[in-house]
Amino acid sequence: MKTLPKERRYETLSYLPPLSDQQIAKQIDYMLEQGYIPGIEFNETSAADEHYWTMWKLPLFNARTSQDVLSEVRECRGEYSNCYIRVVGFDNIKQCQMISFIVYKPGMSRY
Amino acid sequence: MVQAKSSAGFNAGVQDYRLTYYMPEYTPKDTDLLAAFRFIPQPGVPPEEAAAAIAAESSTGTWTTVWTDGLTDLDRYKGRCYDIEPVANEDNQYIAFIAYPLDLFEEGSVTNMLTSLVGNVFGFKALRALRLEDLRVPIAYLKTFQGPPHGIVVERDKLNKYGRPLLGCTIKPKLGLSAKNYGRAVYECLRGGLDFTKDDENINSQPFMRWRDRFLFVQEAIEKAQAETGEVKGHYLNVTAPTCEQMMQRAEFAKEIGTPIVMHDFLTGGFTANTTLAKYCRDNGLLLHIHRAMHAVIDRQKIHGIHFRVLAKCLRMSGGDHLHSGTVVGKLEGEKGITMGFVDLMREDHVEEDRARGIYFTQDWASMPGVMPVASGGIHVWHMPALVEIFGDDSCLQFGGGTLGHPWGNAPGATANRVALEACIQARNEGRNLMREGGDVIRDACKWSPELAAACELWKEIKFEYEAIDTV
Repeated sequence: MKTLPKERRYETLSYLPPLSDQQIAKQIDYMLEQGYIPGIEFNETSAADEHYWTMWKLPLFNARTSQDVLSEVRECRGEYSNCYIRVVGFDNIKQCQMISFIVYKPGMSRY
Repeated sequence: MVQAKSSAGFNAGVQDYRLTYYMPEYTPKDTDLLAAFRFIPQPGVPPEEAAAAIAAESSTGTWTTVWTDGLTDLDRYKGRCYDIEPVANEDNQYIAFIAYPLDLFEEGSVTNMLTSLVGNVFGFKALRALRLEDLRVPIAYLKTFQGPPHGIVVERDKLNKYGRPLLGCTIKPKLGLSAKNYGRAVYECLRGGLDFTKDDENINSQPFMRWRDRFLFVQEAIEKAQAETGEVKGHYLNVTAPTCEQMMQRAEFAKEIGTPIVMHDFLTGGFTANTTLAKYCRDNGLLLHIHRAMHAVIDRQKIHGIHFRVLAKCLRMSGGDHLHSGTVVGKLEGEKGITMGFVDLMREDHVEEDRARGIYFTQDWASMPGVMPVASGGIHVWHMPALVEIFGDDSCLQFGGGTLGHPWGNAPGATANRVALEACIQARNEGRNLMREGGDVIRDACKWSPELAAACELWKEIKFEYEAIDTV
């Protein structure tokens, strides 16, 4: 028997081991297949009542492949290595956000 | 005045409904409310007469002619049976299609609509059995309702949860926990990774745990779990009460302490209470979870009562953000189709007629927000792949025993479910087939999640055999 340690989480996919770039790319592929518009957000803190993180540039309206998005994630990670980073997806038909998952935590710990 | 016999055609006296209410040549208007009734006439009663009687008894009809009829315009209010079809492979069983003029119903009142449609007619002597199968609510009438207090899209934005089903759990045992013990069980579930916990439906305000004490301890549990995990948490605080005033008192207190969601039992509580509560929730930013105690009394018999898809439609109109809709898992393929039919009616904006799924009419919801289906009861981690595949992202999966029954307790039980869910979401998005490979996905995750491994050891793996069975 084990006591569950107290640990901070970051919503969807944050209960999995940290995603590799290849795994992130597959999630982005899925998002693009659904016709969603990808975007990147970053923030120094993560709290339950903080709905908005800062947007990295604008939503990537012109992204065609997961590599287009991933290279932006890398750039954001380089510039804001002290921040949490998540990838989001917008649906302009349903007119709302559909996707959000964590791709980087400062000092990334194993699960 | 001498009363005529019912079989003698129209005269002053007892009504022959057939002449007035059976109109096969009638083309329903866009503004008509349409209903499909399954019925079995009494022996010797022709189906046209029985169907006309249904139309009459659920609209303008009275058993005899009254002089004040002469002061009204019957055509403006009468229900019209415009089609009858025999049910295949059933003896003396039919579907009657009836169109009701819009003027029959009070704006924004599910109570009034149901009182008309399923009032006296279900006790009508000429019928052996009667079941309301489906409704087509015209846009003109829908627009007089506000529907769910928030709907799926707003709920997700408020909760900051995207791209996956929500996870919940009903706190057990049902009865006997003190408010403080109860709050502890809530905290452990939420800190482990669940989004929501839930009051059982018969937790209202009994001597062992009064509502106000429960609300306060549970709210502390929510806030602690939220602060520790950094994720949004909630607990469906049941505000179902003996009177509307008490229900509102509980809802107002819930709002005051800043809780995100409350709960109501819409059938035992009644539609008037439910619509009142939904309005309050909309005005005050509370999400509303709806339980369905008593539904099986109404919807279980195939030949008599009201199908759940009608009750679900009524709830979407009256207002609720979540509604229990069954788990499907382990059921027959046909039942799965029918369940997913009314799940679509709860959450989609436009649903096409599909008789194989029990949908008799095309329903346009005119942008009314959607209700999130809740699959609850008898499910555990091994069911996760099938549940994700069947219900998709816009659903709430509730593992009661499947969380609390974990050998290490609530928090690890919650983590096991959350890990299983996220492993399934990741795999699905990577293009893997969960029905076929779901077992592998769960087993792989067990390798790095000891909480999940312990759960998988306790509960037995189930077979995924859906794909082999063909649908009609």
